[in-house]
Amino acid sequence: MAKAECTPKWNTLALRNRKTCPTPEKSFQTTFTPVSKDKNSQTAGHLAGGDTQSSNGPSGQFLARESIESPSKVLLMLVAGLSFSTRLYMITEPPHVCWDETHFGKMGSYYINRTFFFDVHPPLGKMLIGLAGYMSGYDGTFPFIKPGDKYENQNYWGMRGFCATLGSFLPIFAYLIVLELSNSCTAAIIAATLLIFDTGCITISQYILLDPILMFFIMAAVLSMVKFNQQRYRSFSASWWLWLVLTGINLAGALGVKFVGLFVIILVGLNTIWDLWRLLGDMSLSLVDIAKHFLARAFALILLPVILYVTIFAVHFVVLNKSGPGDGFFSSAFQSRLIGNNLHNASMPEYLAFGSTVTIKNLRIAGGYLHSHWHLYPEGVGARQQQVTAYLHKDYNNLWVVHRQQDNNSQSGNPDLVRHGDIVRLEHKETTRNLHSHLHEAPLTKKHFQVTGYGINGTGDANDLWQVEVCGGRKGDPVKVLRSKVRFLHRATGCVLYSSGKTLPKWGWEQIEVTCSPYLKETPSSQWNIEDHINPKLPNISLSVLKPNFLEILLESHIVMFRGNSGLKPKDNEMNSKPWHWPINYQGLRFSGVNATEYRVYLLGNPVVWWINLASLGLYLTMVAVASIATQRGFSLGQQRIGGGLLMLGWLLHYAPFFTMGRILYFHHYFPAMLFSSMLTGLTLDILFRSADLLLHPPYSYWFQRAGQLLLLFSILYSFYLFHPLSYGMTGPLAHEPGSAMADLKWMDSWEF
Amino acid sequence: RWEMLQLPLVVTAQVDLLLVLVSLLAFWTRLSHLNYPNAVVFDEVYYGQFVSLYMKRVFFIDDSGPPLGHMILASGAYLGGFDGNFVWNRIGAEYPSTVNVWSLRLLPALCGALCVPLVYLLTLELKFSHLSALGAAVLLLLENSLIVQSRFMLLESVLIFFVLLAFFSYLRFHNAPSSWLILSGVSCGAAVGVKYMGLFSYLLLLVVASLHTWKLIGDKTISHMNVCVQSVHRVLCLVVVPVLLYVFWFYVHLSFLNRSGPHDQLMSSAFQASLQGGLSRITRGQPLEVAYGSQVTLRSSVSQPIPCWLHSHKVNYPIRYDNGRGSSHQQQVTCYPFKDVNNWWIIKDPGRQQLVVDTPPRPVRHGDVIQLVHGMTSRFLNSHDVAAPMSPHTQEVSGYIDFNVSMPAQNLWRVDISNREAESEVWKTILSEVRLIHVNTSAVLKLSGVSLPDWGFRQLEVVADKLFKAHSSSLEWTVEEHRYGTSQEQKEREAELHSPTHIDVDRKISFWAKFVELQWKMLTVKQEESEHKYSSSPLEWITMETNIAYWLHSSTNAQIHLIGNPVSWGVANLSLLAYQLLAVVYLLRRRRGLKDVPDGVWDQFVCLGCVCVGGWLVNFVPFLLMDKTLFLYHYLPALCYLYLLSPALLEHAHTHLLSSVTHQRALCVGALAVLLSIFLTYRTFCPLTYGSPELSAHQLQGLKWRDTWDILYRRR
Repeated sequence: MAKAECTPKWNTLALRNRKTCPTPEKSFQTTFTPVSKDKNSQTAGHLAGGDTQSSNGPSGQFLARESIESPSKVLLMLVAGLSFSTRLYMITEPPHVCWDETHFGKMGSYYINRTFFFDVHPPLGKMLIGLAGYMSGYDGTFPFIKPGDKYENQNYWGMRGFCATLGSFLPIFAYLIVLELSNSCTAAIIAATLLIFDTGCITISQYILLDPILMFFIMAAVLSMVKFNQQRYRSFSASWWLWLVLTGINLAGALGVKFVGLFVIILVGLNTIWDLWRLLGDMSLSLVDIAKHFLARAFALILLPVILYVTIFAVHFVVLNKSGPGDGFFSSAFQSRLIGNNLHNASMPEYLAFGSTVTIKNLRIAGGYLHSHWHLYPEGVGARQQQVTAYLHKDYNNLWVVHRQQDNNSQSGNPDLVRHGDIVRLEHKETTRNLHSHLHEAPLTKKHFQVTGYGINGTGDANDLWQVEVCGGRKGDPVKVLRSKVRFLHRATGCVLYSSGKTLPKWGWEQIEVTCSPYLKETPSSQWNIEDHINPKLPNISLSVLKPNFLEILLESHIVMFRGNSGLKPKDNEMNSKPWHWPINYQGLRFSGVNATEYRVYLLGNPVVWWINLASLGLYLTMVAVASIATQRGFSLGQQRIGGGLLMLGWLLHYAPFFTMGRILYFHHYFPAMLFSSMLTGLTLDILFRSADLLLHPPYSYWFQRAGQLLLLFSILYSFYLFHPLSYGMTGPLAHEPGSAMADLKWMDSWEF
Repeated sequence: RWEMLQLPLVVTAQVDLLLVLVSLLAFWTRLSHLNYPNAVVFDEVYYGQFVSLYMKRVFFIDDSGPPLGHMILASGAYLGGFDGNFVWNRIGAEYPSTVNVWSLRLLPALCGALCVPLVYLLTLELKFSHLSALGAAVLLLLENSLIVQSRFMLLESVLIFFVLLAFFSYLRFHNAPSSWLILSGVSCGAAVGVKYMGLFSYLLLLVVASLHTWKLIGDKTISHMNVCVQSVHRVLCLVVVPVLLYVFWFYVHLSFLNRSGPHDQLMSSAFQASLQGGLSRITRGQPLEVAYGSQVTLRSSVSQPIPCWLHSHKVNYPIRYDNGRGSSHQQQVTCYPFKDVNNWWIIKDPGRQQLVVDTPPRPVRHGDVIQLVHGMTSRFLNSHDVAAPMSPHTQEVSGYIDFNVSMPAQNLWRVDISNREAESEVWKTILSEVRLIHVNTSAVLKLSGVSLPDWGFRQLEVVADKLFKAHSSSLEWTVEEHRYGTSQEQKEREAELHSPTHIDVDRKISFWAKFVELQWKMLTVKQEESEHKYSSSPLEWITMETNIAYWLHSSTNAQIHLIGNPVSWGVANLSLLAYQLLAVVYLLRRRRGLKDVPDGVWDQFVCLGCVCVGGWLVNFVPFLLMDKTLFLYHYLPALCYLYLLSPALLEHAHTHLLSSVTHQRALCVGALAVLLSIFLTYRTFCPLTYGSPELSAHQLQGLKWRDTWDILYRRR
């Protein structure tokens, strides 16, 4: 056939060179063009509309299918090979802790040691890192104290290798997704090339970080979704179910690694809503069929991910059963689960008594312990007395002594129990100041009163008196340690001791504000429980604290995580990265090394790749605008249709929300969006090259196409050659100094290598 | 000729009496007793200071919104003959008799009153009946919170007025193409010019307009040329006009406020020099070109955290810092936010000893190497490979003292003019932004942004940073005060006064440069985050969880609160919910081919939703994402859209949903009953809206419909 003659060297099938080989043009066009249409259009894959199918015949279909398969498989192998080799090359370098490895490596070790910790991200990523470490013979003993620590003889390659392996799948997935969306090998190979030779993607994949794991799940979810979309004319077939369920599983994975996974869930959700909307408009389907479709999706995309997500947490809680650094963030009940915590199989006096030393914990989730320290409130913030805060970590400054109204310290015999309605004075053990409140505005919550530490050695004034109230209790009820919810009502002003949950500024050591609230509604913020209780004069009895059930733990840990996340505010003097910096590759992140003598790794995208991506975004929007206005005016553009709306949406969803976030942001937050952007570039450039025939005559348009592709490939490869030391390590002088290997490559002043 | 006179003289006028009636009522509710209370009410204390500054033509920055709002308030004050001499320092302060309170409050009240007939007309343009229009107007008329907000020197009513006007004129244009479109563009420009929140309504209007235009483009009966002309017309009126107007407000603002004032310090030296008084007084007659021997003060270009000048004083760095690190123990160099004699530095040619300017002066050019000598202590500005006190990754900068410890002086600095136009550009006072690059280490002198501890008197740390860190403006310095040094002797020099030369600083900085700088500063100036006693979160607004006390009489219980009409709020929320439910049901059924309402009615229904529900969304959702202190009054624009929605939705239900006559009658009776109760609640809350009559504590207690409302009682 004529096909053999016009087979180009680089890739056969990507291009419909209709002008150079006119004979097969017809069959090619009818088989491939519908696919490159917008993915939402009704026609898809080889099962195009009836009229085209009849002209086409089964043999042509088969031929086309087969012919796209074989070169794409070869290319796929090539992509996979290059991807793995670039990611796994020099994986053990540098042999010290880099950047956030100090966190995630440490958390991996916690899993191996089964000690409980607190982190703002869900557990799956760290569990997988821990698992990888365990499998590769890492024993969890390396402390990961700070970046730059030498690994010495530890087996850290397993964890890094695992992340790099997942990271290597990204170009492969990108290749498959673009191939599926456009049915053009050129587009797919452009997308894959951009990712393979992007220094940023390489660097972020090579270390013990959550990002490669997260991106793996995001891309896998998108791939399954795209595959599922292609199955739409084979509803409820095995492959339909397979891709649907795989989508659900990957969604759970993405959300289980970082909450950024939520964006891909929204993407899939929007796609599903659109799909259902299409089905609803399909009058050949009965309502029962639509209900079936709906239920199938609800099961696979909502129920299944939720179950998996919950399972991840279940494993997390089962594995981590020893007390560790994260205890104080959680409620007393939660802590009693942890072996080694002082509340685990606790034994202490059962009822609160006068003269006891106690810690008082707020019942709001992540509410903290009532705390005070020698520092005073600064000038201008209420009265200049000692600060009282809520503090999340266990500390001697959390200890308070319960006194009577008139102090009679030298008691004999059994101390009296504190009962509902009793008046107490709470003395801070370290500083001997009394818990005090008065009619000054609280530092942050202006509607409340300020709470301070006042007096010394137990002498104070009438503002130091608090009435104990057991929630749901009656006068005379004793206060049960751990189990009673207690409120402290201020005698003089009638307000109630309250933890607002707001973080104090630097003068308050970023601890949580404690106030006295005039609003007496019972909320967890105004309820406290007695956690530790020390009184040598009373007999200790073993307390089996009401163990919380799994759902309570789950809810609690989520609230703690969200609090933690929103608490990550940028510090005043820190240079923080702004979202608009990211697409222009404005500034990277130092992974390792600062000075000329050190081994430096700098996370920065390959500028050529990133700037091509940026330009393609603009190009894409222009092309869509021109095409849709033309269509709206009734011009026919032939087969030149632009797909990729899904990718554009993905990019937007993974990028735009960062503009509204108050928390501290880093450059690496852009990488999921960058994946979408690269895939979109593949599609856009491919269509741009092919659109050459609108302007140029046949042989020239073909040459233009080839020249464009070659130029693109060459510039990506050459820029990778130039910038590869960013990923694989630089030594010697810094770039702006003479004699550096990276001299002349500092194209932007803001780059810091 | 006589025929003319025989013609009957006919005036045919159609007057919509309903419209006239509601307008009159609106004017009556908004304008009566406008000068009571004769005291500063709530945010008048905030806007008032700007009005005063306007009257005195003193420059200021207010990050809360663009200048048109302030200008409108100021024009009211101008009409009343206010001279700006009133100290706006606390809520409740009595106005003296010289202040014409009525004129201060007149324009917002007029805008607030005009909203009522506008809503009436807008409903008609949405193609609903006069009865619905009346309903919407009455809802707005009897809304206590809108009345309160209109009656004082505040900006919400102005914003609402312009937004409604923009939508009304756009829909007028859409229904019958005419010159109304230009009015729509002007109102959009005005709305955005009053408050940034207007931007979201403007965007919504753009979306609606582009949907309509999209349909126009799709209409193949119209020629290409016609489509082009129409689209360009729309773009001109709805995009170009508002943008130009927005810039115009700033143009008026900047040309009006030409005197220096309290906010000068936030602006660049060049900007300050363009204002009368202040810096321009200091810099008048200064030599323009910096020469060897010049005495200068160097101001950091970055005004974060505060503007400051390069400074040194006779105190050394502590030998060891608290964390045990050592220092060079040389003289401290800091950045000091106040004018001080220790801010003076002398520019010295490294090759020569003299500290005076030659005749003729030898100007310093881009790329020249200089030394900087501290005027009072004669120490050389020095940097070396010693970690800076607070930012250890950067180099310490000091006034060099030779301790004979093999630490040679490294005091050469290269001048790098970053905004140069030519390679050999001369260093100019105020205009040039200069980087000082340390010759030995190629580090750049910069402000690290951190304060020194007590040993450094909490002044700002200055370091030399090798890595060209991003934040480029922290690297740049401008010469602010400048004179040519003439005295060689130290004592003489300290006493030296400046000798003006005949060369004057070119004080012209273009309007665009000023506009860009001012706009950027307004958007980036960070105000101290603090919670206000009456602040609330957006979700509390829907249920009106909080109120705001605006004013309390100094001796009695008479008081004014921002409290909405609870019944109306309930109606508004209900209609929002009902519309969404109905829309979902309609959509799903239409998708299955079941058309409940004819296409024309459906289009009307969709248009209603776009404007009203869309308007509510764009005026509410952005607040959820905002990080600043918010108040109940921020919800008022969103609320107006709901009042527009409620009667229209009721009419839709009446004509298209209810088939039986009895149901329709029941609906009418229900609507009447609701209207009556709205009127009664309005009457009930009137004392808190108008501040009179005074209520007893018991009566006030009765008005506390929600526990969370904060109503004040005076203890007797």
